[in-house]
Amino acid sequence: MTIAPLTAAGPTTGSAAAVSPEAAPRASSRGAVASALAWIGLLPFAAYILLFLALPTILALGSGLFDDAGNLTTENLAALAEPTILLVFGNTVWLSLATAVAGSVIGALVCWAMLGLADAHPMRRVVDAGASVLAQFGGVMLAFAFIATFGLQGVATLLLKDALGIDLYADGPWIYELPGLFAPYIYFQVPLMVITFMPALVALRPQWAEANLTLGGTRAGFWVHIGLPVLAPAFLASLLLLFANAFSSYATAAALASQGAPIIPLQIRAALTSETVLGRENLAGALALGMIVIVALAMWAYSAVQRRADRWRR
Amino acid sequence: MNAAGMAPARLTRWIIGVVVGGAFLVPLVGTFLYTLRDPAGGVTLAHWASLFDPAHAATLRPLLLGLGNSLILALVTVAIVLVVVTPTIILVNLRFPALRRAFEFVALLPISIPAIVLVVGLAPIYLQIGRALGTGAWTLAFAYGITVLPFAYRAIQASLDAIDLRTLTEAARSLGAGWPDVVLRVLVPNLRQGLMAASLISVAVVLGEFTIASLLNKQVLQTGMVVVQKQDAFAPAIFTLLSLAFVFVLLLIIGSVNTGSPGARVRKNTTRKAS
Amino acid sequence: MTAIDDAPRGLPRTADNALLAEAGTGTRVEFRGVVKDYGPTRVLHGIDLDIRPGEFVSLLGPSGCGKTTALRVLAGLEQASGGSVLLGGQDVSGVPTNRRDIGMVFQAYSLFPHLRVVDNAAFGLRRRGVGRTAATRRAGDALDLVGLGHLADRFPHQLSGGQQQRVALARALVTEPRVLLLDEPLSALDAKVRVQLRDEIRRIQLRLGTTTVFVTHDQEEALAVSDRIAVMNAGRIEQIGTPEDLYLRPETPGVAAFVGLSSVVPATVSGGIASVLGATVPVVGEVADGEAEAFIRPENVRLGGPIAAVVQESTFLGSMRRTLVRTEQGAQLWLQHPVAERLGFDERVTVGIAPVPVVVRPRG
Repeated sequence: MTIAPLTAAGPTTGSAAAVSPEAAPRASSRGAVASALAWIGLLPFAAYILLFLALPTILALGSGLFDDAGNLTTENLAALAEPTILLVFGNTVWLSLATAVAGSVIGALVCWAMLGLADAHPMRRVVDAGASVLAQFGGVMLAFAFIATFGLQGVATLLLKDALGIDLYADGPWIYELPGLFAPYIYFQVPLMVITFMPALVALRPQWAEANLTLGGTRAGFWVHIGLPVLAPAFLASLLLLFANAFSSYATAAALASQGAPIIPLQIRAALTSETVLGRENLAGALALGMIVIVALAMWAYSAVQRRADRWRR
Repeated sequence: MNAAGMAPARLTRWIIGVVVGGAFLVPLVGTFLYTLRDPAGGVTLAHWASLFDPAHAATLRPLLLGLGNSLILALVTVAIVLVVVTPTIILVNLRFPALRRAFEFVALLPISIPAIVLVVGLAPIYLQIGRALGTGAWTLAFAYGITVLPFAYRAIQASLDAIDLRTLTEAARSLGAGWPDVVLRVLVPNLRQGLMAASLISVAVVLGEFTIASLLNKQVLQTGMVVVQKQDAFAPAIFTLLSLAFVFVLLLIIGSVNTGSPGARVRKNTTRKAS
Repeated sequence: MTAIDDAPRGLPRTADNALLAEAGTGTRVEFRGVVKDYGPTRVLHGIDLDIRPGEFVSLLGPSGCGKTTALRVLAGLEQASGGSVLLGGQDVSGVPTNRRDIGMVFQAYSLFPHLRVVDNAAFGLRRRGVGRTAATRRAGDALDLVGLGHLADRFPHQLSGGQQQRVALARALVTEPRVLLLDEPLSALDAKVRVQLRDEIRRIQLRLGTTTVFVTHDQEEALAVSDRIAVMNAGRIEQIGTPEDLYLRPETPGVAAFVGLSSVVPATVSGGIASVLGATVPVVGEVADGEAEAFIRPENVRLGGPIAAVVQESTFLGSMRRTLVRTEQGAQLWLQHPVAERLGFDERVTVGIAPVPVVVRPRG
């Protein structure tokens, strides 16, 4: 602790580029140059974002508002309200929600099973690495793995048929239609949940469990009164993230659903690549708009809930 | 302190592990068995062997071409992350702390903008790029840099949060270091863990990317797999297993290297003391 | 965060406060030969401690001495490997924590973040089946006791560290436990808040009459609030006694070094008398003749005397000065003296040692 007079410290500047008091007059110009340079330093990234994120997004969403002659029209947006399109939206939401819930619950159980294992525990390392790999498991590879195992000629399909007499596809090749997407989606949802939710579970303080005991609570009571309520926001946030993740997915379905377009991303593909249906090229833009609205809503809710969860984790 | 009272009993842990782990192994084991399938019944290594068969090479060409492109793309994408994104993150944290919130929003935006939506708008842009830089697949890296941005940002920012950026920089500057020295000799070594994680995730994402490449008509690993699948169903399955194993082992190695690094220890200590 | 924790100093009126009104005599707590092993390592070597009803006993010692382990065995959060723990004469070694009827305050982070302060405080009562209204009222009384009644509707993250610990204390006391256990509750707090809060804990404890076991590594803290202190080292209790006993009559070098400040000086012992730097002082206990080290308290060293020395450093402590001097033989001595006597670095002085019995430790 110094015994310097309290008035020694000069006024501090409010700007981020703080200037030392002794060099004030000379540094004001040097500081200005330094600030200008710093701002220029942001340019490459800013240009990159503008060109490859902002521009494509605007183009994509905007194209839905124009027809191919270049005139403003609500035709494409109106097409969104068609019963077939609405049905596909509904199916996509249902697929995303169901796999998000299943993925959240199973993922949470896996996280719970890992609670208490040290960071360096081999099992923990394997699960962490495995989850990272599987969460990024390209949709195409995932689809092929499922076809190899559960496809019409898949290893498991034939095994069930020959050994147990169960014909998985007696009612048709559902694996190549909407129902066939559920299992592969859950396959990448669970690892994503493990990655996203584990920090929240680890943040449960052992002191809470011990305090609960000293106050007369039970182990089950801990979860009911403390554990689950505290985890609820993080769980909800992860669930929303999983929902957005499933809703945005394209590759898995593209590789599995060879014909038809049971989900919105595949509808976009159809609109982009189809030459047969005239006047529908910009439908892709309208579909993209619809998609973004739903995903953005989910992500906005996610960040709101996440902020609430962080507030308690001070 | 242990997690006594919160962690499940040994038996419960085992049951969850076996059930979930088993379920997740089924498609992988199934794929492996599939690659050993002999059309005449029984097991054969012929499909694995055919990878090296020169007569088979023509069928495999799209796949190998795609793999080559994907590897180049991975390299360029990692370069973008290290040369464009990382300095910007450091700059924002050092000089523009007020912009941090906005920067985080932008960095996480690609999560809210699905690739399938982005590609609708990328088509016309890549038309122009094709005219200026040629139609090589490597130009996809610009789009991929955006795709990996949220993951790379999180990994690097977490690493930055674990070290005391301001103090380190001020100490280095007061000892006379110029800015390049500060960044390259002081910050980067301490950010190694975050940078490695960001790079690794970028590689994994690029290798697995399909949506943008396929709709922009470029040949990458995944599009190659789809093409080859129609003629040889086994090669894509084999490549799937190989790339999975490759990334998994890489993650394991890097994970065990990192738990000993100063970044990891600092991070663990700061998260425990944070109140 | 302000250095002064905002809470009134006095206790509420007994007539208005259910906890104060129902205060009674405490419960007897005993450790009988408690042993604790972690695998091959023994961390508690047979702890024997008899705590009277309503007594405030501190477990004092350096990190790793086993004091927290002993407390946790008492709480039931750890299982003893041998020996037993008794509450009110009843062996509770096999009784799980949630049925021992104890109250515990942890070092930090123990408040439930999703519950308001009043609900945190009422938690123990609610788990025992007390209705919401009654529990809330009682929790309010407990919060009044610690001076935080006005913050009942806040959430833990909105409180300062000191306020959080007060809530933790209220929460532990509201169920009127047989014994109150405090595991270094003040260690994470600012210095000023620490002093304020430890006095309040003592005041409340005296009024409620709850038997209390307090773990700390801060000897000044232990001396200030305890009825008795058990000084622990390496899993054993070295000495149990009142604060005065420990300070004035330390029985081992460990206690002498840990409790209060001591200078360690070479001495020669002969027939129960130690010759220290030319002065002769009696020795505490039985010590063999020969070369030894003596532990001398700063307040027993004064300016003016037969020993020549040079000032190494002098610290102004507000109400007194503490100075370190170096004798011609190279011994370092702390002395405590009035503020008026200002000493400068390298100044030559003379000092003397009071003829108070000293603790010695044989050398070699």
